[in-house]
Amino acid sequence: MSDNSDNSDAVSTDSTEAQTPGAGQPLLRVAGVKKYFPITQGIIFQREVGRVHAVDGVDFEVRQGETLGVVGETGCGKSTLGRVICRLLDATEGTIEFDGRDITHLKGGELRRFRRDVQMIFQDPYSSLNPRKRIGAIIGDPFEIHGIADGKQRKLRVQELMEVVGLNPEHYNRYPAEFSGGQRQRIGVARALALRPKLIICDEPVSALDVSIQAQVINLLEDLQNEFNLTYVFIAHDLSVVRHVSDRVAVMYLGKIVELADAKRLYTEPKHPYTGALLSAVPVADPDLSEQRERVILLGDVPSPIDPPSGCRFHPRCPKAQQKCVDEIPPLEPKITGDLAACHFPIEPGENLADAKPGIRQEQAVPTAGA
Amino acid sequence: MALLEVKDLRVKFHTDDGIVGAVDGVNFSLERGKTLGIVGESGSGKSVTCLSILGLSRGAKVTGEALFEGRDLLKMHPDEMRDVRGKKIAMIFQDPLSSLHPFYKVGAQIVEMIRTHEKISKKEAHDRAVDLLRRVGIPRPERRANDYPHQFSGGMRQRAMIAMALALDPAVLIADEPTTALDVTVQAQVLDLIERLQEEFGTAIIMITHDLGVVADMADEVLVMYAARPVEVGSRRDLYYHPHHPYAWGLLQSIPSVATAHLGERLHPIKGLPPSLIHPPAGCRFHPRCPYVMDVCVREEPKLLPADPTDPGHTSACHLSPEDKQRIWDQEVAPAR
Repeated sequence: MSDNSDNSDAVSTDSTEAQTPGAGQPLLRVAGVKKYFPITQGIIFQREVGRVHAVDGVDFEVRQGETLGVVGETGCGKSTLGRVICRLLDATEGTIEFDGRDITHLKGGELRRFRRDVQMIFQDPYSSLNPRKRIGAIIGDPFEIHGIADGKQRKLRVQELMEVVGLNPEHYNRYPAEFSGGQRQRIGVARALALRPKLIICDEPVSALDVSIQAQVINLLEDLQNEFNLTYVFIAHDLSVVRHVSDRVAVMYLGKIVELADAKRLYTEPKHPYTGALLSAVPVADPDLSEQRERVILLGDVPSPIDPPSGCRFHPRCPKAQQKCVDEIPPLEPKITGDLAACHFPIEPGENLADAKPGIRQEQAVPTAGA
Repeated sequence: MALLEVKDLRVKFHTDDGIVGAVDGVNFSLERGKTLGIVGESGSGKSVTCLSILGLSRGAKVTGEALFEGRDLLKMHPDEMRDVRGKKIAMIFQDPLSSLHPFYKVGAQIVEMIRTHEKISKKEAHDRAVDLLRRVGIPRPERRANDYPHQFSGGMRQRAMIAMALALDPAVLIADEPTTALDVTVQAQVLDLIERLQEEFGTAIIMITHDLGVVADMADEVLVMYAARPVEVGSRRDLYYHPHHPYAWGLLQSIPSVATAHLGERLHPIKGLPPSLIHPPAGCRFHPRCPYVMDVCVREEPKLLPADPTDPGHTSACHLSPEDKQRIWDQEVAPAR
């Protein structure tokens, strides 16, 4: 998150040497992972009439000690991906390797042991804590489930954790309703930390919080990462937060990764037109800058993941689309700077995306119900 | 004369736990064709301010004045108010799914809105609704007018809400977090639309948001609220380049920015939590969280005053002297951004 910059090339070489042993080794490897949700009809005989392609063939690695940001809009599959990694959902296809071991099909006791190493922090601090349980029980449950500590020992460990995340240990017996949003998110963080995991999947951990509180939680996550040598997969839709916390960032669109790059370069030299459009759409808290910038307004809505477009999934909305984009699926491959992008016609350095004209006729996509 | 002038607006709610002072002395004026941004965190009173102006804060005790075209909205008879609301002052809410009726077709809801205020036939009203949907960028509006809200995507629902709000060409449009529930690319579409429609119709806009980026994009004037009170008022340039209130400094320092974020640098959050509005802190309400707190801040409530007498349009409520503010801004806050 802070200074574990990737050592793949020589762009940023600050303090990579001072890492703990094992830094930079892949901790998580995701290969060809797909997650489809069936759409069924009928009451007794449920016929499958279609599939939601929530995650549709995703490959990436997360290195020890780094933070991989995953950004994308509603429905792009980023949360599903997080849940598949945690084994809260089973992948339809593909393999997930954690710490050199295939964990895609773990069951029973082995799965439980795996869960010690991988934890999750959820978006909504209101619905992710059981309102009828005291927070001592919420944070302490993992100890009991995994048979690590109980009774007095458990209370001690819980209070230690509460202190680590900046809660008052005397509030051990309070209910979630007695805490504010930011404090609840700290409870969620404490619970995730309880078993000293190696990897934490943060699914929109600060989206529900006010800006001043958001900054507190981000700083907390950074401190914990340094202290416990944690690896994060940080899923969020807020591009500025993701830029702030991530070493590398993956951009998802309709179930696929369209770009995966060093955080700094992704924001300064986006390769994929979708990334470019996404970045230009973020309002900047600086009136002069915001007047200088040209917003790329995308047409229409995100198409349905039930029947995604052929070729490049972004082609119906892409300002640079050509016939090739309709016919061929672009592979996620290294472009000029060595960063990965899935695009036939990536943005050239110095190119203005707002001036680009598509070479094919684009119908305004008609979105599906509910979106 | 200003189109809408709000003077010393106070809103109190009686609850079982005590009296909640949700808004405590808000003043602002809005000119034709301009945009006022109201920023603040959850519970700072920004939404209640606008709801009260429209007589929508049920159960609240509202005092002060809200002069619109020379008439006080707060003292208006409910029947008169109903005439103003929707026709002269329209509102867009945050969540377009819960503000559209799920049982009625989108077109029919716009028709109802038009026919409540104007005596025209259903056919004419329907044609206007379709035209409005086209203007806000809904593809194939003749067909989509017969859809139910759930058949629309989030962005399209918000467009439909905007179409409905602008149906009667209101003088003021109040947009309460209009893009908070939307993705950034859709947000860009919607903000772009609001800007274009504002140019076309000359509507004055009150934009309530917690997103400082949206305010930097849209607002001419900005009102910053904290714990039910205004703490700083100024042009957007004032607010982003020379803010005077420590709360405004804190807000600007807490946000990581896409354009300027320095990787690996720590954020500077505002410590602590917003106070309870039932028992607000004495003196300056920000004093328990303010890094520059002085004795006087605990005792006395600061008034909203210009820090620089040559610039009466930029006011802030803080006891720090102008010299101290300048020094802290130059030495501590500006370099950290």
